[in-house]
Amino acid sequence: MSSMESWDVIVIGAGPAGLAAALAAHGAGARVCIVEREVRPGGILKQCIHDGFGLVRFEQKLSGPEYAWHDIRAVRDAGIQLYTDTFLLQLEREEGFVLTLQNKERAVFQLKARALVAATGCRERTSRQVFIYGQRPAGVYTAGTVQRLINIQGYLPGRRCVILGSGDIGLIMARRLTLEGAEVVGVYEIKAEPSGLSRNIVQCLEDYNIPLHLAQTVTAVHGSERVEGVSICRVGPDLRPIPGTEEYIPCDTLILSVGLIPENDILRPLGVELDRRTGGPRVDQRLHSNVPGLFSCGNALHVNDLVDYVSESGETAGKAAAEFALGGRKTPQRVPLLARGNIQYVVPQYLDLEHNAPAVIYFRGECTLSRVEMHLLSGEKVLMRRRYAVIRPPEMERVVLNPAELTESNEIIISLGG
Amino acid sequence: MKTLVCIECPRGCKLEVTRREGKILVSGNRCPRGQGYAERELVNPSRTLTTTVKTSFADFPLLPVRTDGEVPLDSIPALMERINTVQVSRRLLPGDVVMPQLPGTHVALIATAAMTALDTPASGE
Repeated sequence: MSSMESWDVIVIGAGPAGLAAALAAHGAGARVCIVEREVRPGGILKQCIHDGFGLVRFEQKLSGPEYAWHDIRAVRDAGIQLYTDTFLLQLEREEGFVLTLQNKERAVFQLKARALVAATGCRERTSRQVFIYGQRPAGVYTAGTVQRLINIQGYLPGRRCVILGSGDIGLIMARRLTLEGAEVVGVYEIKAEPSGLSRNIVQCLEDYNIPLHLAQTVTAVHGSERVEGVSICRVGPDLRPIPGTEEYIPCDTLILSVGLIPENDILRPLGVELDRRTGGPRVDQRLHSNVPGLFSCGNALHVNDLVDYVSESGETAGKAAAEFALGGRKTPQRVPLLARGNIQYVVPQYLDLEHNAPAVIYFRGECTLSRVEMHLLSGEKVLMRRRYAVIRPPEMERVVLNPAELTESNEIIISLGG
Repeated sequence: MKTLVCIECPRGCKLEVTRREGKILVSGNRCPRGQGYAERELVNPSRTLTTTVKTSFADFPLLPVRTDGEVPLDSIPALMERINTVQVSRRLLPGDVVMPQLPGTHVALIATAAMTALDTPASGE
């Protein structure tokens, strides 16, 4: 296998994270290629035709395809090799990484890399992962599938739709379905507060008079060939349906917007350590996992709410992967960064004390909290504190830690408190 | 007094808006864009419209498009009807004009995606 095509860095996935990673690795002097299973680069942004992307990075309100185009063009202009329509079959580790791939031109072939950036994105939670009774008629979709059908393929999946879950994609699709002539009967959210951004409640639901029902959920799907209706129910504070509150809603389509799960199955054979809370690899601030040379970024690392931060993490991972591949293999000296009081999760999960560049830290609160303070503690020493008027779980928070603050310690703790 | 949620960025500031002596007073905004948003929202709510148009290419059946400025919210259903009659028969790039002026507005409809394959020399950049 000595003739195997060999690269310094291979990036898996040509979505926003992968494109940014490849550009950063290229910029750092590495020979880099990207492998992408779809025909066109851009990842999920291809179907996110609504605007609001790029406010942080470009200070502009771009649509998803426009945001992607910025990086697609840069990758093309840099002459970075992009294998599209190419499926990754297997990933092995031997003196670096060996990828077994398949595409139309080369059938099954292998590529070798010193460092790997996994930018594989996330997938949607499906009806099998939420508890709904009933038969399995046609007309039950995830919001992302509906988005693809309408925006890429040009099919309207239904005429009268119920949306379960108030995630952003569901809200965006409520508006999109309405614009394309379907009726959205309502959005039902099991929790007492919406899980999508407030601006999407306004511009997707209120603009089009689509009702949002909080603390209600779908308990059954009716119909044998095609969805004919759903049963909805009020729920108590324990999120269990309240008997006697059941209501039948006639509809031909049920759309689920009930969460996203980072996609990392392909990494399992490498022995990567995953975080149960984020669903992504546990990494240090350079987004380096426990597997030497394996980096993670974007929605595969944790589900982001802004693509701008997906790109930012891609850049971090790509640059670090290039440095690893080109020989800066200083052994990391990692201490765990632990999420405590009121923190749902924190990324990175480790801080490398050897690395002397600012560390970007992302975290989410566990519940909505008003007037709280975030503390970053190393033993007795306060590394950082910051006040927040409000913390909401749908909105990810980002802080930057100055490396000069880092000192020898066994663990660093992040928490939110009054 | 009226409460609004600013939609200029994902922060979604809660705005408290009061009219006093012909002026619109805004509080709760964490940046100056909130003031402009509240003023427009009270007088004439307007939005960027994003949708798709048909193309004549089998490998790219729908082209995503958007208005290159905001249009009145209540004009959107009529604009959708008009936009749905358009069919694109040229390979376009982001920013290329699909319709120079939407009826009753001063804004154009522009392409937001590249219909060319990556290795094709791009035109009109």
